[in-house]
Amino acid sequence: MSQSAVRPTPASPTPEGGHLLDVRDLHVEFRTGEGVAKVINGVSYHLDPGETLAVLGESGSGKSVTAQAIMGILDTPPAVIRSGEIRYRGRDLLKLPEEQRRQVRGKDIAMIFQDALSALNPVFGVGWQIGETLRQREGMSRADARSRAVELMDLVRIPGAASRIGDYPHQFSGGMRQRVMIAMALAMNPKVLIADEPTTALDVTVQAQIMDLLADLRRDLDMAMILITHDLGVVAGVADRIAVMYAGRIVEHADVHSLYRAPAHPYTKGLLESIPRLDVRGQELSTIKGLPPNLMRIPSGCPFHPRCPYAQQVCVDVVPHDLVLGDGRTSACHFAQEVRDDSAR
Amino acid sequence: MFRFILRRLLQMVLAFFGTTLIVYALMFAGQGDPIQALAGERPVTAAQRAYLTEKFHLDRTGVGGFFYRYFDYLRNLLQGDLGQSLTGRSIGDILAAAWPVTVKLALIAMAVTILFGVTAGVLAGIRRASIFDNSTLLLTLLVLGIPTIVLAPLAQYLLGVRWQLFPPTAGADPDLYALLLPGIVLGSLSLATALRLTRTSVAENLRADYVRTARSKGLVKRRIVSVHVLRNSLIPVVTFLGVELGNLMSGAIITEGVFNIPGVGFNLFRGIRTEDGPLVVGIVSVLVVVYLVSNLVVDVLYAVLDPRIRYE
Amino acid sequence: MSDFETVAASENQAARRGPSGEPGAPNQVGVPQKPRSLAGDAWRDLRRKPIFWISLALVVLVAAMAAVPGLFTANDPRDCVLARQHAGPSGGAIFGYDFQGCDTYSRAVYGARASLLVGALSALLTGLIALAVGLLAGYFGRWVDAVLSRVIDIVLGIPLLLAAIVLLKRVNSDSSTVRISAVIFVLAVLGWTTAARVVRSSVITAKEQDYVAAARMLGAGDGRIMLRHILPNALAPAIVVLTIALGSFIAAEATLSFLGIGLRAPAISWGIDIDAGRVHMRESATPLLVPSVFLALTVLAFIMLGDAIRDAFDPKLR
Repeated sequence: MSQSAVRPTPASPTPEGGHLLDVRDLHVEFRTGEGVAKVINGVSYHLDPGETLAVLGESGSGKSVTAQAIMGILDTPPAVIRSGEIRYRGRDLLKLPEEQRRQVRGKDIAMIFQDALSALNPVFGVGWQIGETLRQREGMSRADARSRAVELMDLVRIPGAASRIGDYPHQFSGGMRQRVMIAMALAMNPKVLIADEPTTALDVTVQAQIMDLLADLRRDLDMAMILITHDLGVVAGVADRIAVMYAGRIVEHADVHSLYRAPAHPYTKGLLESIPRLDVRGQELSTIKGLPPNLMRIPSGCPFHPRCPYAQQVCVDVVPHDLVLGDGRTSACHFAQEVRDDSAR
Repeated sequence: MFRFILRRLLQMVLAFFGTTLIVYALMFAGQGDPIQALAGERPVTAAQRAYLTEKFHLDRTGVGGFFYRYFDYLRNLLQGDLGQSLTGRSIGDILAAAWPVTVKLALIAMAVTILFGVTAGVLAGIRRASIFDNSTLLLTLLVLGIPTIVLAPLAQYLLGVRWQLFPPTAGADPDLYALLLPGIVLGSLSLATALRLTRTSVAENLRADYVRTARSKGLVKRRIVSVHVLRNSLIPVVTFLGVELGNLMSGAIITEGVFNIPGVGFNLFRGIRTEDGPLVVGIVSVLVVVYLVSNLVVDVLYAVLDPRIRYE
Repeated sequence: MSDFETVAASENQAARRGPSGEPGAPNQVGVPQKPRSLAGDAWRDLRRKPIFWISLALVVLVAAMAAVPGLFTANDPRDCVLARQHAGPSGGAIFGYDFQGCDTYSRAVYGARASLLVGALSALLTGLIALAVGLLAGYFGRWVDAVLSRVIDIVLGIPLLLAAIVLLKRVNSDSSTVRISAVIFVLAVLGWTTAARVVRSSVITAKEQDYVAAARMLGAGDGRIMLRHILPNALAPAIVVLTIALGSFIAAEATLSFLGIGLRAPAISWGIDIDAGRVHMRESATPLLVPSVFLALTVLAFIMLGDAIRDAFDPKLR
């Protein structure tokens, strides 16, 4: 990516020409008694050392499932990975035996989840949970793991870390709990941090603090980050690039700046037009009409066509390919140029 | 933690007064000749009548007299003086002889429950919808559906009389072997319930968000199940087992009756059969106390196991 | 014995359930599902289950025995001749005769009536108490809920068999009608709590629904909202619990009669006959086995029926 020039040298080199993490043409289905839901339909994205990729989409768009596939924590069944590659430092994780796959989890790629209250085990103290991986996987002693847990809690700016190490998750506020989650994910110094809607369950003011913390940690620890969210507002200050997902596909992919200035997919355009802006008085907020598609019966052609103001007959008949727009931008829309030009106006 | 126990203790004292008052009122208040009510339909001798009148202060009448008698009964109960049965034996002595037998029986039943019920429950919960799971579910449903008054005589007939694998009745001062079959019969219901409870709890916890977190930490599956899931799943199971131990000690009426085991339930069974009112009141009062205390122990146990309760 | 409570315990467990995770959770895959009725789904599920049909057939069979016993046996269960004591099968007496010289099979057939009567009426009474308490507690909340929930806790905390013994000890009449009513009353008074909890929680859920708020804005009174909008939601789970409870009540009646404090001879009850058969099992086992099998199958049928219906309505755990 063009941005990598201005970044500090990555801590560890990636194989020649390859990305740190590279998802290629991933297809995932959920097979249930009701039928087969095609949740991921050919998602490709990549991540380079030190950068932040935001994955944006409504719930059900497949953004979390992609992340869980990367982590290897999808429940199979009902989930089935039909095809695709997930390359980390050149190795295809999907081809690794489970034992090697497990080694990658937490150590190379770590993940934090939306609802820290349910994601943390309610019956163990937070210090115990943070130090667990260190004891189990690094063979650290109880005392060492404990003092490392205090360090980590300091790192994520939990006040009075040493005195709270024995407290249980429910004794923390929502924001502090999310910090505990982050500390736990950082325990093994991962190279990639996947944050799955890390601020959705939190108050607005706390949201900003957590986002700042994540941005700072990413920079200080030189990690790469995938930030999954449905909130365009959260993304702006933190991400380098954005991938917008719809019905299990990436419909638009661009650097933050160009995407905000001129979205090139009608869905992204709709999303942007539905956030209130402080700098425009008396604006009319628009919404995207219609409902997200049923993944068991994805519409023909472009899956967005039933909701799209630009839709023509071609959108019903032909699945749009990724249209390369320059500057590394792509948009999966038959009318990408038009949409972008409209937006830029 | 301390305040929690104190509050529960206070609640138990209230419940103790409430329940004993209800038991007492039901036995003595209301219509007719209270002495005849105690003795049921059998004739009462003049000596018994005099003893009962004195013992329960039946010469005092009205609401005031009722409460006077109630507190007198309570005082006697707390002092361990339960009076005499209609046969003239001290109820305290009867119970002292019966308790060890009942406790032994309850412990056998509990061991069977934990050994088979909880273990099979964990396995069924992990392998939900497998053949093992489905067959244990059906089996437990059968056990739950068969009342003890069917199970106990049937086991006695088939295993004791017909195939002679176990002694059919225990008799006075039974050994461990004689108590084994009754213990299994008594424990079978708890076993089935414990199995289902454990299965549900394990299956539910396996789907909890924290399991996903534990997996993303790269822990091995064995550790996730045996530490994270089990520690959570066993909270309701341990609570159930605690309540059940109280039930088993106070509730072996049918099993002890059928197998002729001279425990507390057997004496209650006999008291009911022979319409020995004072014996029934005495035993029921003590059993209520046992039940309340075991509930208190369970509550405290629950708080020890679940930090969310502890710091409420 | 915990006959009464065991089913209730697993019940409570099933009622308590954690929230499902939001994104990525396998159950929220297909985004907007075509709305299909829960009852329709449940029926499709039930139709394929052999256990449902077997238990339903058993329930119908026992109900027929209770209604018209003459259809199943020509012999009078009270026609007892000591000379026939433990005699083998003859005439219509396919299982022979018991200690008193009564037809074992005929007595088992006629025993269905008392069992079903007690089971059904106790369940009905239980249902009424549970609906009233659950509706009031769930709908009005606040102090009403606090008081009623405490009452539920207290009643739930009473050891059932002991309480039934104490209560029934007071009934000295030997009239069958009085004793049967007493048993029904005692079981209902002690057995309504589980159902009340279930009703309460479904009322609380229903109360939060938009259509209830809409009805209130349209000026509907509390009574109308409770009966027209909330009650129907609480009914289905309550019926499932009560079906299972019906089985437990039948077991409880037999247990009390077995102990000699429920029904008494000349009333015909499986519990009484099991007790009598038990005493003489060394001489002849059939008088013990026949009523035992009848009782076990009946109780099983109701419990399995309730279990199957509950699984159909609540498939999450399957």
